[in-house]
Amino acid sequence: MRALALVVACAALLAASASAAEPPNAADLEAELVCPVCETTLDQSNAPVAQRMKLFIRERIAAGDSEREIKDALVAEFGPGVLATPRKSGFGLIAWILPLTALAAGAVTVAVLVRSWSRRRTLSSPEAPLDPELERRVDEELARFEG
Amino acid sequence: MARHARLVAQGVAIGLVTLLFVLLVWALATDEGGDLAGAAARGERPDAPDFTLERLDDEGELSLSSLRGKAVVVNVWASWCGPCKEEAPFLEEVWRESRPRGLVVVGLDAKDFRRDARDFMRRYELTFPVVYDGPGDTLSGWGVTGFPETFVLDRQGRVVESFAGAVNSDEDRARLQDAVDTALEP
Repeated sequence: MRALALVVACAALLAASASAAEPPNAADLEAELVCPVCETTLDQSNAPVAQRMKLFIRERIAAGDSEREIKDALVAEFGPGVLATPRKSGFGLIAWILPLTALAAGAVTVAVLVRSWSRRRTLSSPEAPLDPELERRVDEELARFEG
Repeated sequence: MARHARLVAQGVAIGLVTLLFVLLVWALATDEGGDLAGAAARGERPDAPDFTLERLDDEGELSLSSLRGKAVVVNVWASWCGPCKEEAPFLEEVWRESRPRGLVVVGLDAKDFRRDARDFMRRYELTFPVVYDGPGDTLSGWGVTGFPETFVLDRQGRVVESFAGAVNSDEDRARLQDAVDTALEP
């Protein structure tokens, strides 16, 4: 059992180091970066600056830069607006947290409102008493059915 | 309790809608993407928005307001822009000729790589100051919608004339020269 765990851990480590050593993919990066002129992702743009940025990405990949290094270099030139999605750290984290917080707050509000409405409905519509004549007939029918 | 929760929810909803409305009104009221070109064409001489940006021709930063007292030609360009190449030599010529009279030409390189911009400056032998705005944050304040655009400012920092597109025809060059002469008037 211990040997199996060791093998699994080694395999996971090897996989992690292999993926870390793998060069970034230009097409993936082009889908994650925005052309500052036309404001679409680079893979959707043929603007001259987008072409230049694509060339820059390929040059940096060939030079051995990581995805993070390439993105940092482009942010240093064009600002954080060049990233198609905000970073999951620092100030960019707010863009990820805020919608989730708003969603949670909305869910709590809806739950509170639904609960209060259903409670009010229960209180305002108590079970109506059965007509005595109708009750007598139901009892007779039940007695006949059981008898 | 339920009534209280409902009131709170309604209050929050009304507050949010009011806040959004106030933000919309504020954004419209303080919109800086003014029509500088249109106002200049009507002879209104609107104030040019100030900027403080990194220099590409030298160390440090340059503020437009630091040039008050001189006439200024602000040329918005980028190295990847074809028409910018056509007008660059003419702007260098204007700078060299009118500099002794109190003119400063300022290149505003935007949405560009610094290295490409410096290569461009070397290739076209530009000697006037060039500032860098990679993200292009200053452009909306000037109402810039394309590359290149050129603005001529008088000694008080007001826009006298503007040019959308390259200043490369004889007519445009004469118009720019006239605007520079007007801007240089004390």
